[in-house]
Amino acid sequence: MGNNLSSTEFKAKTLDWLDERTGWRMVRDLMDHKVVPIHAGTKWYYFGGITLFLFGVQIFTGVLLLLYYRPTVAEAFDSVRFLMTRVEFGWLIRSIHSWSANLLILSAFIHMFSVVFTHAYRRPRELTWLSGIVLLGLLLGFGFSGYLLPWNQISYFATKVGTDVAGTMPVAGPTLSRFLRGGEDVGGATLTRFFDFHVIILPLIAFGLVGLHVLLVQKHGMSTPSDIPPEKVAQMKFFPNFFLRELVVWYGVLAVLGTLAAIFPWELGEKADPFASAPAGIRPEWYFLAQFYTLKLIPSHVWILEGELLGLFGFGALAAGWVLLPFWAAGRHKLASGVGVFLICYLAAFTFLGYVK
Amino acid sequence: MQGTDSSRTASHDRRTVTSWLLGTGVAASLASFFYPVARFLNPPQVAEAAVNEVDAGKVQDLKPNSGKIVKFGNKPALLVRVNDTEWKAFSAVCTHLNCTVQYQDARREIWCACHNGTYDLNGRVISGPPPKPLEELAVKFRGDEVVISRRA
Repeated sequence: MGNNLSSTEFKAKTLDWLDERTGWRMVRDLMDHKVVPIHAGTKWYYFGGITLFLFGVQIFTGVLLLLYYRPTVAEAFDSVRFLMTRVEFGWLIRSIHSWSANLLILSAFIHMFSVVFTHAYRRPRELTWLSGIVLLGLLLGFGFSGYLLPWNQISYFATKVGTDVAGTMPVAGPTLSRFLRGGEDVGGATLTRFFDFHVIILPLIAFGLVGLHVLLVQKHGMSTPSDIPPEKVAQMKFFPNFFLRELVVWYGVLAVLGTLAAIFPWELGEKADPFASAPAGIRPEWYFLAQFYTLKLIPSHVWILEGELLGLFGFGALAAGWVLLPFWAAGRHKLASGVGVFLICYLAAFTFLGYVK
Repeated sequence: MQGTDSSRTASHDRRTVTSWLLGTGVAASLASFFYPVARFLNPPQVAEAAVNEVDAGKVQDLKPNSGKIVKFGNKPALLVRVNDTEWKAFSAVCTHLNCTVQYQDARREIWCACHNGTYDLNGRVISGPPPKPLEELAVKFRGDEVVISRRA
């Protein structure tokens, strides 16, 4: 039996065979060489990973919710109620999906501002910044479209207001509003569209962009603070050292998520009634509150412009400036930090005011 | 030398215990995450509307030697007017693989199109794959209304 392969030889041959056909060792080599800089700001690196993890939680729980959800005006509310009251752990899965959506947006905001304050957007990472900003926009789109799906009173009116605001935009406004609503008003056609946006269109775009974003991070490596020369920064291997730490953090996030979802289960409210008056205290999700409150403050007419239009122009200019941050902030990092602080103060203050007023 | 050996064993033991604790802890927490998911996948029993009697239309609407499918709860039933006076009703669910059967006036048989099963007008299998006769329902009249009900 001299030609019998020993088990080590057999294993090596099998791995060679696989490598020749798949090139998997290239991936292993990349993983071997990936490092994470260690410095005072290392903790901020975790937020990208947390955002990715919560995105995964959304896909997982979203796919589960689709087993019972029915996207029609007649059935949407009842199917969610059925899911929450009759399906075992249905309340928990839905509550996790809702809470995770909120934590996901929060974590994405923290991730974004950490990039601003560590100036990680600088050359050659402009496109990483851009893809991240577009992803944040997609997340807001997920939130806006998903909010309507249970077809309850609050979400119905929030969607009416939200699509109406879109309609006040100059030139493209009415078309955009019609496109979003699938007609003149919020109704069954809107629900069908928002369902399509939420479970097909946005996920497809988001998958591609998340891939690009993560790929760019791999290509450039983690950014190091601008005030330390890169060669002086200590490093840690990504696999397994940083990755295991990240896993521990994910576990902690999951614990927080599970606790919030179980102790404060997400409510369903009342079924939407298009012929009922808007309930008092109607307000959008917290991540739209600052804009919502700003629009409330602007007088209905300023000079020859309509108030909403002025607000939209303001937001548009602000958003454009923010998107282009890596380009105007090159060599002016203090200015970028100042704008970042200003933006955080504005968002915090107006979100708070939106809540209490 | 003996001291080094025993300390190595002790640290080895500690490592084994720690790994075991970590491993079982992670396994238990994963089980606690996926248990709700497994339960969630299982659709709850939806109470079927328990129907014992349905109105199957007017006598004059069904010609002799013809049949029609009527809703019996959430299942179909087949009502057959054999001749002027004789009426029959069956569950229209084929006992083979749950297709819906139909009345064939030319051969005066009940036929299932899916796998060519045939039943006679007492619901008994004449030919084809059905393993059991069709469940027969009772036909009554209330004025000129035909009423189908489950047999007691």
